[in-house]
Amino acid sequence: MAEKKEYKVIGTRPIRHDGVDKVTGRAIYGGDFQITGLLHGRVLRSPHAHARIVSIDTSRAEAHPGVKGVVTAQDLPTAADKMADLGEGAVNLKYLCDNILASDKALYKGHAIAAVAATNPHIAEEACELIEVEYELLPPVLEVRQAMEPDAPILHDNLRTSSLGETGDKPSNVASHFQHKKGDIDKGFDEADIIIEREFVTGTVHQGYIEPHNATALYNPDGQLTVWCSTQGAFTVREQLAEILQYPISKIKVVPLEIGGGFGGKINVYVKPLAALLAKKTGKPVKVLMNRADVFEGTGPTPASYITIKMGATNDGKITAAQTSLFFEAGAYPGSPVGAGAMCVFAPYNIENAQIDGYDIVVNKPKTAPYRAPGATNAAFGTETVVDEIAEKLNIDPLEIRLMNGAKEGDRRADGPVYPRIGFIETLEAAKEHPHYGSPNGKKYHGRGIASGFWFNIGLESSVTINVNPDGTVNLVEGSTDIGGTRASIAMQAAEVLGISAESVNPTVVDTNSIGYTAVTGGSRTTYATGYAAYEAAQDVVKQMKERAAKLWDVDEDNIQFADGEFSSINGKEEQISFKDLSARLGETGGPVIGRATMNPAGAGGAFATHVVDVEVDVDTGKVEILRYTATQDAGKAIHPSYVEGQIQGGVVQGIGWALNEEYIYNDDGAMTNASFLDYRMPTCLDLPMIDAVIVEVPNPGHPYGVRGVGEVPIIPPPAAIANAIYDAVGIRMTELPMSPDRLLKAMGKI
Amino acid sequence: MPIVAIPALIRNLTDGEDSVTVEGLTIREVINNLDNRYPGTKAKLCEDDRIRPGIGVYVNGVLTKVGMHERLEEDTELHFLPAISGGVLSG
Amino acid sequence: MARKSHVQTTINGETVEFLCEPRQSLLEVLRDELHLTGAKEGCNNGNCGACSVILDGRLVNSCLVLGAEIDGKSVETIEGLADPEKLHPIQDAFLENAALQCGICTPGFIMSAKALLDKNPNPTEHEVRYWLAGNLCRCTGYDKIVRAVLDAASAT
Repeated sequence: MAEKKEYKVIGTRPIRHDGVDKVTGRAIYGGDFQITGLLHGRVLRSPHAHARIVSIDTSRAEAHPGVKGVVTAQDLPTAADKMADLGEGAVNLKYLCDNILASDKALYKGHAIAAVAATNPHIAEEACELIEVEYELLPPVLEVRQAMEPDAPILHDNLRTSSLGETGDKPSNVASHFQHKKGDIDKGFDEADIIIEREFVTGTVHQGYIEPHNATALYNPDGQLTVWCSTQGAFTVREQLAEILQYPISKIKVVPLEIGGGFGGKINVYVKPLAALLAKKTGKPVKVLMNRADVFEGTGPTPASYITIKMGATNDGKITAAQTSLFFEAGAYPGSPVGAGAMCVFAPYNIENAQIDGYDIVVNKPKTAPYRAPGATNAAFGTETVVDEIAEKLNIDPLEIRLMNGAKEGDRRADGPVYPRIGFIETLEAAKEHPHYGSPNGKKYHGRGIASGFWFNIGLESSVTINVNPDGTVNLVEGSTDIGGTRASIAMQAAEVLGISAESVNPTVVDTNSIGYTAVTGGSRTTYATGYAAYEAAQDVVKQMKERAAKLWDVDEDNIQFADGEFSSINGKEEQISFKDLSARLGETGGPVIGRATMNPAGAGGAFATHVVDVEVDVDTGKVEILRYTATQDAGKAIHPSYVEGQIQGGVVQGIGWALNEEYIYNDDGAMTNASFLDYRMPTCLDLPMIDAVIVEVPNPGHPYGVRGVGEVPIIPPPAAIANAIYDAVGIRMTELPMSPDRLLKAMGKI
Repeated sequence: MPIVAIPALIRNLTDGEDSVTVEGLTIREVINNLDNRYPGTKAKLCEDDRIRPGIGVYVNGVLTKVGMHERLEEDTELHFLPAISGGVLSG
Repeated sequence: MARKSHVQTTINGETVEFLCEPRQSLLEVLRDELHLTGAKEGCNNGNCGACSVILDGRLVNSCLVLGAEIDGKSVETIEGLADPEKLHPIQDAFLENAALQCGICTPGFIMSAKALLDKNPNPTEHEVRYWLAGNLCRCTGYDKIVRAVLDAASAT
C-alpha cells in the first residue's frame, strides 16, 4: 500500500511542457493541420428526426464546379449485423456504420446522409445543397416514457429487449434491461420509519468542447491510410476505422494532433471515416470539419433520463433500503450509460437492502456518447436530493446523515463489489471543517445545499517508452492524448523515479505506429494508468542504468543503489555517480538506454467528492445565482495540484451548466431548436464565482504514488447540491433539470 | 474456492441464491461448474463459449479484459455487471 | 465564384498582402490563406470568442469580420504577442496559474485579456469577468483564467 511520503517532484506545480506552444498559438490542433493539395469536405445532414430514405441523387452535386467527390452509405462496405470488439467494448457494427452515414433510415435531425469533397469549403457546402434526398416522414419519439408506450413508433424493426440472455418477442425501443439486488428490499422498507419516493427528469446535454470534430485523411497509392485528427484515443480511432472501412489495421496510421476538449465526446468517430472515404474516392487528402450546429445535432450528447428513487431510513438516520429505476435515452442506437449510472446511483452509501433496475431506450436523438462520469450525474441528482429530504424530515444535518451512512473500506456496493480503501468520509469531513460550511446562511432567498458523488475510475492499457539523453534528460514517449495537462502529470511521475526535475523529462504524444497500444484519455485513467506506465518505464531505466554503473565500477549489479538521483555502490570501494553524469557515459558502457513498460493496472480505486454551494434565487425572474462554491475531493495523491484543482473547477462548472441552463430544446417535429452556443448557453465567467477546490489525499493502494482518477467525479454533485440549495432558499424541491428560470417560476407558482 | 455473485435476473435458476461458491481455476471452469449445478446459467452469461457482449466480469471488483481464461485465486469474488470501459458503456 | 480581391494590411506589425473571396471571413483568411492558425474556430458565429483578434485597437471576433474589410487596417493576433526571447506577461500568467487545460480557447482569452488590460490596466475581478464573458472555456471553470488576468494586471 502506498504511504504518505515526501516527494521531490510529485505535488509541485511546474509549468506544463506543452504550455508555451499553447499560449503562443503554435500548438497544432486537428483543425489546424495543412497538407499540399488539400480538399475540404462537408456533410449533408437529415433535416428530419425520423424518416425512411427513399432515394439519394448526388448527380447535381457531382457536376458542381470544384466538387471532386461525393459519398453516401453506398460507399461503406456492407456492414453485417455483428458485434465488433473495439477495445472499448462490443459494438454492433451495423449501428456503428449507420451512424456514420444513414443507409435506410434517418434516425435524428443531423444524421449524416452524404459527404462532399471540393476545392474549398464553401463549394462543398453549396454542393451539399444540390444533393436531392427523398424522405418518407415517420413520427419521431423523443422521450423515454413515450418510447416505452405500446403503440410508440419503432426505431429499429429488429430490436428486441435483451435482458441477460432473454430476448423479447416483439420489436421494442427498450434495447436492454438489467437489475442489481442486494439484501431484502421489502425487509429494508419495513424497518424504515420514513420513506421518501420521488421522480426525477434530466435533460439532454452536450459535452460542449470548444473545438469541433475534425479529420484529415490521405490514402497513398500503396494503400496506406493516414488520418490526422483530434481524438481522445488514437488507437480506438484506428480500431473503429478498421471495422467501419473493413480495412486492415496494419494499413492505418492515426496521428493525434492537439485536442480542444473532449469530456468523452471525442472517443466515437464521426467525420474520420468520411474523410477517409472521400480521400479514397478523390485520391487527394481531404479535411472534414464540423460546424457548431453539426456538433450539437450530429454528435453524441449525454442522455436525458427519467429516474424513480425510493429510500427509507430509521428515525435516527440510518438508511435501511434504497430502490431505483433508471430509464436512460440511448439516442438513435442502443448504448446509453445506464449501466454506469446504476453502479454509481447509491455508491456513496452503505445500504443493506437495495434494488436497481436499468433500462436502455432508443429515441430519435443523436446516439449518446460518454460525458464526464457518464450516467452518474443523472443518477446522483435523484439520490442526493432524496437523501437531503430524508435529513430535513428527520431534522439531521445533511453532512451528518452522509457521515452516518457513508461507504467505507470493506462495505459492499449495491451492485456487488466490495470497496478497497476509499476516501468518501474524508471528503465529508473536509467539507464540514471548511469555513464555508460554518459561515452564516440565513438571508432571505439565499440557500445552502450539499451533495456527494462517486465515480469508479478505470485502468486499461497504457504504454510508455523512455529514452535517456546524454545530458541527463529523458524523452518520454506516450500514447495518451493530452487534454488537460497530462504530459506534465505523467512526466512528473517518471521524474520522481529518476530523481530529475520535471523539466528534464520531454514528453511527446505519438501516433499509432510509434508506441504500444494505449487506451483512450477517458475514464479518469490517464494520470493513473499512463502515469503508472511512466513509473514502471522509469524503473526499467533505473535497472538498466544500475547495470551500467556496475560495469563502470566493475562490481556486481546487486551492489548498486539508486537514491535521490545518485547511483552508488554499497560494497567494496565507495563510488557515486549522478543520473546526469552516468547518462553521459552510456556510449562507453553499452550504448543507448531505453526503458519501456506496458500496463493494464487493476487498482484504479474509486473517487468521491462532496460539494457545498450557496445560491440566491431571484423570485421575480427565477434566476439562480451561484454565490459561493466549495468542492472537496479525494484525489488519492495530487501529482500536479494545479491541474487537479483545474479538473475539479472545470467539472463543477459543467455541472452548474447542467443544473441551471443547459438542455437540448426540441420542437414537435423532433428538431433541436437551440443548436448554437448562444442558445444552448453554457456558463460564462460572468455567471460564476471562484470555485474553491479542496484536495483530500487518501492514497490509492493500487498505484505506487497513491494516484486516483480525478477528472470525472466533480461533475456529479452540482445539480443535486444546487437543487438542495434552492430548496433551502425558497422551499421548493426541484426534480427536473435544468432548473432554468421558467421551470423555477412554474414551480414557485409564479407562471 | 471462487465465490460467484449471481446476477439478480438469473436467481430464478439458482433457487434464489444470490451468491454461491463454485470450484474452478479459471472463469470458464467456474461458469461450467456453475452450469452443472444450476443448468441454464451459462447460456445466460455466455454466447458461443464467450462472455456475452455487454457483460463485464469483475474479479474482486476489477473488470477483467482477459475473459473466460482469466485465472482465479482462492476466495476470488466474481460479479457479472454491465461492461464499462473508457467511460463507455458498450451497446 | 466571385473574383478575389487584393487586400493590403498590417498583421503583427508586418505588411501583408493576400487575395480573398468576398465571402471569406478574416478568420478563414488568417487560418487558410496566411497559415496563422492561432485564432481558432469554435462556432463561426461570434458566440465563443476562440477567434478573438485585435483590429485597429479593438477586440473583434475574426469570424464576424470579412477578410476584405481589413484592407489598410492593422491586426494583432496571438502569434505577434511574444518577443522572440520572452513571453508576454499575460502568457506567463496563464502558464504560472495553470489557466489552460486543452488550450483551444487560450489564444482567444489571451487576446481578450490584452484588449482589456490595454484599456484598463487595473481591473477588478468583476470587470475581468464582465470583459471575458464573450470567451467560452469548457475545461477550467474560469477560476484560474480570471486569476491569471488579475496577476498579469498587477505584473504590468
